[in-house]
Amino acid sequence: MTSGAAERRLGWALCAPAVLAMLVVTAYPILYAFWLSLHHYDLRFPDEQAFVGLRNYASVLSSAVWWQALLNTLIITITSVAVELVLGLALALLMHRTFFARQFVRASILIPYGTITVVAALAWKFAFDPTVGFVNVLFGVDQAWFSERWSAFFVIILTEIWKTTPFMALLLLAGLTLVPQELLKAARVDGASSLQRFFRITLPLMRPVLLVALLFRTLDAFRIFDTVFVQTRGAQETESVSIIGYNALIVRLNLGLGSTVSVLIFVCVIVIGALFIKGFGITLDPRRST
Amino acid sequence: MVSGARTLTGSLLQRSFWGFGSVVAVAYALLPMIWILSLSFKDKRSLTDNRFIPSSISLENYRAIADDPQFSAAIINSLGIGLISTLLAVVLAMFAAYAIVRLDFPGKRLVLLGALSIAMFPPIAIIGPLFNLWRISGLFDTWLGLIIPYMTFTLPLAIWTLSAFFRELPWELDKAARVDGATPFQTFRYVIAPLAIPGVFTSAILVFIFSWNDFLFATALTSTDDARTVPAALAFFTGSSRFEQPTGSIAAASVVVSLPIALMVLLFQRRIIAGLTSGAVKG
Repeated sequence: MTSGAAERRLGWALCAPAVLAMLVVTAYPILYAFWLSLHHYDLRFPDEQAFVGLRNYASVLSSAVWWQALLNTLIITITSVAVELVLGLALALLMHRTFFARQFVRASILIPYGTITVVAALAWKFAFDPTVGFVNVLFGVDQAWFSERWSAFFVIILTEIWKTTPFMALLLLAGLTLVPQELLKAARVDGASSLQRFFRITLPLMRPVLLVALLFRTLDAFRIFDTVFVQTRGAQETESVSIIGYNALIVRLNLGLGSTVSVLIFVCVIVIGALFIKGFGITLDPRRST
Repeated sequence: MVSGARTLTGSLLQRSFWGFGSVVAVAYALLPMIWILSLSFKDKRSLTDNRFIPSSISLENYRAIADDPQFSAAIINSLGIGLISTLLAVVLAMFAAYAIVRLDFPGKRLVLLGALSIAMFPPIAIIGPLFNLWRISGLFDTWLGLIIPYMTFTLPLAIWTLSAFFRELPWELDKAARVDGATPFQTFRYVIAPLAIPGVFTSAILVFIFSWNDFLFATALTSTDDARTVPAALAFFTGSSRFEQPTGSIAAASVVVSLPIALMVLLFQRRIIAGLTSGAVKG
């Protein structure tokens, strides 16, 4: 085809617009956020802008609000991802095995994925609402779900699970199709029970896909914002870290403190990613795919 | 066929097990949507009757949102912003994916890994800087102000799915077509493009769903009907009167904005699944 140098140049030229866009809109703002986090920068008092070093970090890290929000976010993340993993695996097995209205089942499963998160949050909010909802009547309880911390968490986590389990299930389904049928058949001939086949053959072979799905969902759940905003606005101590970041930045216009929260969230995401990669040995090497 | 009878009963039992499972799964997926649909059909009096299925069907709420300028503005903003950012993201991603699949150059792993790390990037981390930059540059509360972040945050998804699709294309065909006397343009127009279109279309759907769904950028970077998209409008919906809860109108609006996506999902189900999973299995 083309000589090496020309091919190289064409390759770079074709990638340049996308790479540039990604750098300009993420790398530059995150550096700017870091700069802001070192300053006293409050849009309501623009004259008081000053360099304050790490003082913003000291005030965020010593405030109960941040630790409470971090704890809340971790509660939501861990519970919803754990339930999603189990439910998603069940759904994936179902889609893999069933021939009963297969297309219809798969299309229905995609509905939660396609639904706007705000709509899903509103639907569940109205369902649990004592005046318009059906849940209290159905279960014969008299519960104001959003006026207590744990019941509010319950609805928030339920919404998250409903909305994102299909994504998990589809990734796991793709992993299931990678398990060679002959291997399962051979194990069956050798007398392995269906449970043994699942835990000894299917699951270990699915491990790479499973871990990638877990990592993606964990990071996605960690930035939860829409559901909490719509259902409680962070009331009853259900604030997530994204909610307190948003409140500081957009509601109180305190760009200095807000950016400090942003940078801390960014650091948390890196730590979670590193834990997954180091701890579980996930490989995200794109070379495997070529 | 000694074990024929046993397999038959076994498969019957198994089949009813999976059949029952399918019913549960479908109910699980559709329940909240059926609920919001039924809520949208309730009139003012029956709104608080706590029934899952409405006792009568009223189109009152749909008439209310049809007359609401807030809602129609949001739909237009969402469609416009979503379509433009989809077009931009897919075109840029096509260039990059073509280069990654077909050309040999140092740094292409870096492009894929960079894209991947942006897919995991928390958008809240850049909300403050974008808000401030947009405020200063006049991009705040404009279409462009949302198109830029949407395009960027969907590029990784588009690059990964398109690379996966392009890898499956029979590129040798273009040599064959050239040997047969086709010009490079003809080869592209009649051989490669028709084969590539399904993949391009699939990533376009996924990208569009992302921008249609986003709430964080939409609330932080807009303030009026000029650029406020559907999710933000729904969350801040006040209705025509300040004295009643606009629950019915919100339900009707939710149904209207969910229909296009539901339709797309039903029509292109197979492609969407292929697109969503292509990156995960191979990456």
